Amino acid sequence: MDLPTFFQQLVNALSLGSLYALIAIGYTMVYGILRLINFAHGDVFMLGAYFAFYAITALLMPWWIGFIVALSLTALFGIALERVAYRPLRDSPRLSVMISAIGASFLIENLGIVIFGGRPKSFPSIPLFDTVVRFGPVSMLSVSLFIPVITIGSLIALTLIVNHTKTGLAMRAVSTDVDAARLMAVDVNKIVAFTFGVGSLLAGLGGIMWTMKYPQLNPLMGIMPGLKCFIAAVIGGIGNIGGAVLGGFLLGIIEILIVAFLPALTGYRDAFAFVLLIVVLLVKPTGLLGKSQTVKV
Amino acid sequence: MKKMYKNLIGIAFLGGALALANTFLGPFELRILNLSAIYIILALSLNLLNGFTGLFSLGHAGFMAIGAYVSALLTMTPYQKEMNFFLAPIVPWMKDIQIPFVFALIAAGAFAALVAFLIGAPVLRLRDDYLAIATLGLAEIIRVLITNAQTLTNGAQGLKGIPKYSTTWVVWGAAALAALFMVMLLRSSYGRTIKAVRDDEIAAEAMGVNVFKVKLTTFVMSSFMAGVGGALLGHMITTIDPKMFTFLLTFNIILIVVLGGNGSITGSVLGAIIVTMLMEILRFLDMPMDFLFIKTSGLPGLRMVVFSIMLMFVVIYRQKGLMGSVEFSWDMFSGKSFRALGTSIFSRKNGKKGGR
Amino acid sequence: MLRTDGVSMRFGGLTAVADLNIEIDKNEIIGLIGPNGAGKTTAFNMITGVYAPSEGRIYFKGKDITGEKSHKITERGIARTFQNIRLFKEMNVLENVLVAGYLRMGTNVFQATLHLPGYLRKEKKSREFAMSLLESVNLADQAEESAIALPYGKQRRLEIVRALATKPSLLLLDEPAAGMNPQESIELMDFIVKIRDEYDLTILLIEHHMQVVMGVCERMYVLDYGVTIARGTPEVIQKDQKVIEAYLGVE
Repeated sequence: MDLPTFFQQLVNALSLGSLYALIAIGYTMVYGILRLINFAHGDVFMLGAYFAFYAITALLMPWWIGFIVALSLTALFGIALERVAYRPLRDSPRLSVMISAIGASFLIENLGIVIFGGRPKSFPSIPLFDTVVRFGPVSMLSVSLFIPVITIGSLIALTLIVNHTKTGLAMRAVSTDVDAARLMAVDVNKIVAFTFGVGSLLAGLGGIMWTMKYPQLNPLMGIMPGLKCFIAAVIGGIGNIGGAVLGGFLLGIIEILIVAFLPALTGYRDAFAFVLLIVVLLVKPTGLLGKSQTVKV
Repeated sequence: MKKMYKNLIGIAFLGGALALANTFLGPFELRILNLSAIYIILALSLNLLNGFTGLFSLGHAGFMAIGAYVSALLTMTPYQKEMNFFLAPIVPWMKDIQIPFVFALIAAGAFAALVAFLIGAPVLRLRDDYLAIATLGLAEIIRVLITNAQTLTNGAQGLKGIPKYSTTWVVWGAAALAALFMVMLLRSSYGRTIKAVRDDEIAAEAMGVNVFKVKLTTFVMSSFMAGVGGALLGHMITTIDPKMFTFLLTFNIILIVVLGGNGSITGSVLGAIIVTMLMEILRFLDMPMDFLFIKTSGLPGLRMVVFSIMLMFVVIYRQKGLMGSVEFSWDMFSGKSFRALGTSIFSRKNGKKGGR
Repeated sequence: MLRTDGVSMRFGGLTAVADLNIEIDKNEIIGLIGPNGAGKTTAFNMITGVYAPSEGRIYFKGKDITGEKSHKITERGIARTFQNIRLFKEMNVLENVLVAGYLRMGTNVFQATLHLPGYLRKEKKSREFAMSLLESVNLADQAEESAIALPYGKQRRLEIVRALATKPSLLLLDEPAAGMNPQESIELMDFIVKIRDEYDLTILLIEHHMQVVMGVCERMYVLDYGVTIARGTPEVIQKDQKVIEAYLGVE
């Protein structure tokens, strides 16, 4: 492999990695607050892309207004999802909540098939994201430059919110102990809703960016990215926003580089993430940046 | 001894009903009936983990796939195998192997159990949602491996012309054995240690229960049953391919277990029959239909929408499902227990378990 | 019977127990006391294998059991109860005891599932033993009732007989009198002495009710912030300046 090819692959890897990272942030936020794997996160991601698609193609909005509308809708949807599927189960065993999450995920996917149709749709081209940029022999879509910026921007913004605002303080309180937070007059429902809103917004943003990169929409498009980004969040240490970003980058890089350097393994591409997940869980169950916990007796 | 007579009469009655169904039902109805039996086995095996051991596994489809492929490859004739493997020839050592169905079925279960044993040792150290996601990943890995092992599994093309051995008597016999096994296991002293692990791992350990060993044992047992169930499914629809064994299949089984009642054998049996029938009955939602005066254009996906809502509804509003943890018994039909069952069915969620 | 040799437990930067040296002889009843957060339950957790100590060794009947798994230690003959009751929620009273009895039944999955004659005989014996245990704490009438529906005091007694069902030689009781009224506490003291004699036990107990501790324990160890600040007979402990300070605080 020559140097230009290597750089080309590295660029591809960083671009995919930052996209994974963006989606993983939402997973990790929700888990951090509620200790819940939001199985439907990948489907919210899909909705974000579809909302943008319809805003631009059916409602003929300029793309940037379409994006804003789509992101707002996605955030609202996330809040509604929590209200309907998770809040009634807040004091129930984790198993029940997980089952509800699986149900919600299937519900959204199949509603998607019913409403949007099962056939894939093509996203219209948006020049700003769809231009080929060249740096010497290395070429990429302009969207690949935007994604890392958005991801790092979100990371910084969220870190500031969590560590330096009152809402962030309340989020940390809820994450440590819901009941204690409630006793300290934290409006737990509001904080959870906020978390879901922000997490879903990021998922929607990820979905839109994903379709800028791979301009095909279908109602099941969120399943694989959803699972992989959950894995990214676990690898980084679930509940830790920086960890999610680290995990996302790692996963994207490993995936691209293995396929690039060991083409014989291309068919196994979707299994890498899961193998990595199991290895990480066994070696360091709390992830790279996670804190260990002791069981109380 | 009166109970024994009742049991015998009950069995004879069910056997008679099966014989009648087997003779008079059309192929379509019979297929639904037999599919229920297979789902009973699968639901019982998942319930053993989910409802009785308290392990949340999402990897069932993977173990079913293993069973289906093992049994199919062990029973197909060399000629059939040659016909299937047109892209790349089958590995020579597998080509000429052909063993009787019963042994193939046992091998299917055993192989799934072996994989479970090897993978269980590391994976079962994980808890709750981590275990769920790891087993989900495991099933996905199995599927990718099958898709890529072209010369052994025929890859994405799958296998066609699997001998149709899953007759009414075979599948219902297997389902009855599975149910009997579950009842005997869970009633025994060992069964109590399994439930103890579910209720409180730390206390179980302190009472001398080797929690890890119990988990591994039920995981292996459950995978054996899943392997057999997968094999029977293959021998029923006669074609299998990796796409059959996605998370959707596991979803169906979760739906049955949750609907029937986590931790109820009776519930899983009833749940399997109800869900299988509903799946067929509700097929009209997905397909265009022209029935008497009613014309529907059919909306693909609508059927799964109904099932997803059903699952969420049960979990949110009736956590214990149809049966709670109540089991079938003849006393059910006598006054007191009947009322108890009634109140259990019509009351909402029984005792929420603590912890988030 | 039991000897801990310089055992310490650290969680991150916090030392929960430091350099604990306990020695218990056969058939003694020993108290482990100290203010809340002194590390008493942590000591129990190390002895029973819930935590592996950061430092030091634990010997039981002369054998090094440090870091062994909980169930293995129970098999060696150490049983315990829990401070915050841990009964098996979805089982009845009798089943709770039967679970503990499985350890000594000497049967396995296959025999049990197939209900072989040998198993049935052992199961019958196990049931009889469980019932006799329940009778000894007046719970036999409630054998079929849900364990967690019992009143608090009875749940504590059930935990004790459940531990006894593992046929231990050393019994660890974590606050057995918590939540009991004075009358019940006195009954409990008699009961502890009674089971010690009847089952040839050695007992180590954590307790806050001084009346119980002073009444039943032959010797005791006092922990404060993980450090052993005193040891000896009740008379010695009652006069110990450090103990009084630990309990009352120093001005």
